[in-house]
Amino acid sequence: MISFLSTRSLFAAVLMLGGIATSTAVQSAGDVCKPFGPAQTNVNDVPTLQRGAKLYFNYCASCHSLEYMRYGRLAQDLQLSEEDVLKNFAFTGAKAGDHVLINMPAGGRGNPPGSQEWFGQTPPDLTLVARSRGVDWIYNYLKSFYPDPSRPIGWNNLTFPNASMPNPLWELQGVQSHKANHAPGAAADAHANCSPSALTLETPGSRTPLQYDADIADLTSFLEYVGEPSILQRETIGVWALLYLGLLTLLFWLLKNEYWKDVH
Amino acid sequence: MARTNSTPLPGPIGWLDQRIPVVDFWNKHVGQYYAPKNFNLWYYFGSLSLLMLVNQIVTGIFLTMHYSPTEEGAFASVEYIMRDVPYGWIIRYMHSTGASFFFIVVYLHMFRGLMYGSYKKPRELIWVLGVMIFLALMAEAFLGYVLPWGQMSFWGAQVIVSLFGAVPVIGEELVQLIQGDYLPSGATISRFFALHVIAMPLAILLLVVLHLGALHEVGSNNPDGVEIKSKKDENGKPLDGIPFHPYYTVKDLFGAGFFLCIFAFVVFFQPTFGGLFLEHDNFIEANALVTPAHIKPVWYFTPFYAMLRAIPDKLFGVIVMGGATLILFILPWLDRSPVKSIRYRGFWSKVLLFTFTASFLILGWLGSQPGSDAQTLVARVCTAIYFGFFVALPFVSAWDQPKAVPERVTMHD
Repeated sequence: MISFLSTRSLFAAVLMLGGIATSTAVQSAGDVCKPFGPAQTNVNDVPTLQRGAKLYFNYCASCHSLEYMRYGRLAQDLQLSEEDVLKNFAFTGAKAGDHVLINMPAGGRGNPPGSQEWFGQTPPDLTLVARSRGVDWIYNYLKSFYPDPSRPIGWNNLTFPNASMPNPLWELQGVQSHKANHAPGAAADAHANCSPSALTLETPGSRTPLQYDADIADLTSFLEYVGEPSILQRETIGVWALLYLGLLTLLFWLLKNEYWKDVH
Repeated sequence: MARTNSTPLPGPIGWLDQRIPVVDFWNKHVGQYYAPKNFNLWYYFGSLSLLMLVNQIVTGIFLTMHYSPTEEGAFASVEYIMRDVPYGWIIRYMHSTGASFFFIVVYLHMFRGLMYGSYKKPRELIWVLGVMIFLALMAEAFLGYVLPWGQMSFWGAQVIVSLFGAVPVIGEELVQLIQGDYLPSGATISRFFALHVIAMPLAILLLVVLHLGALHEVGSNNPDGVEIKSKKDENGKPLDGIPFHPYYTVKDLFGAGFFLCIFAFVVFFQPTFGGLFLEHDNFIEANALVTPAHIKPVWYFTPFYAMLRAIPDKLFGVIVMGGATLILFILPWLDRSPVKSIRYRGFWSKVLLFTFTASFLILGWLGSQPGSDAQTLVARVCTAIYFGFFVALPFVSAWDQPKAVPERVTMHD
């Protein structure tokens, strides 16, 4: 009876630990406006990753590096030839073993003008953005841009208020307006307007809202893959590891029972 | 004179045994080590701690081969391990998950000791050595956490090392001595690396050997808290004891297998565990110019971190936090109960242990939170309860009416 009780309390502890993990995740999500909810990524689907990569290299890669990602690894994981990847993705004359870097000058004092002057900072590297910010953040961020004349660059964002980045995908998405009346510099109240209805599509883009949604899901999936390329093997190997360990544990259990038959 | 009785064994074992006492050693610690037959689930966590120690050392060796302990290279080398080293991601996830699982099993192992009075005479030294392992493990975990050189590594190091600045007079110099710089930097990485891969593992291994040596000298406690050595058969073997090998070797093998299934599940399917085992902010390289919105330690430090934050004064906060771990050393001499196990203790002893455990768990949750005013208040109450346990224990354990302890151990399954 007592040992049963202890077993139960142990499981309670494990459950509690899981609960803490969930509440931490929820809590860290609670600080940020994510009006469009969780991202529907599909990181194990190669065509999804290919479409995401195409979007990334057409619209993101001129400003944002992937400094830990190699072109060769991309080719291998996305089931493309190295020639195709280098021809279509590497605008910097890179080789297959090279990392995905950018050509944009950094600028700053004493240097020719560059990103410091244009955006106020060097656009961050995005190799690990899916791991630090999370895929839901990326998904919501890329759907939450709206023009805001009070900002130096002319754009603002619900998910990341006062971001110093214009919407690079406006041609695809079109232009949304934000319902709230923004006093200059008062973007901090954006939280009060955190819902999809706060954004209205004013000028349609080349993609319908549904198509654009799918595009962003592809792009987010691609960044999820870039954040952790091993994700493509991890769960497959994990299934075999668990099967092996499960079988081993079963054998150990039978062995233990055999020996313990004579203990009373 | 390795073997005291009979003729030498034949073969290589015999050759060896005439030169070093392998047979005696095996018999004393495994083959003829009599352990109580009534160990329950809680008794798996000792061997599982050892398993996690081995896991950390073996995976650590492979990580060391590729990790670069420099300010420029640390963060990138971890990503190199995750991407370019064949199966490096498995090794790294085993190491990072292993750190958290090590603390899970160690905390459960310590709770087992509290519950069944395993620290009481004659096992005080086992407990004291265990607390030393716990302290060494916390130091080891903290040092290791700094090495990937992410934002939480940097700012965690900054917060924890700055605590030494609270030491009167020499505080500032002490901080610079530990960091090797005015801020955590490349100098900090290289010395923390040295401590993490050489100094602390050696200390932990030595302490583990002493912990087991002391255990095998006096023998294991059990869920009933009955001394099995007091009832022996005609051969001088404890009636309620069974040889560690094969009984507990096969039982612990099963425990290890079951545990590794859970471990592998996390490694392969939830390696960051929702940001709890690998924190989101630590995927951003350390940057002294950008302070993360919410600096918090990894989950296994949060109970102590909550106590630190609950105290408004820095020096007093550090004393309270340090005291919360050091006070564990005197536990064996605070408990005056005539019985060991919680099974035969009175109602108030159970209430005391339950409140203590609850306060520790609540502190653990609070330490991971931003810390509102209400949370600070709760943290203060829980800190008071935590220390109150040690203050109340000598009285409650002496006054509380225990139940009758059986002569022999009881079997429940």
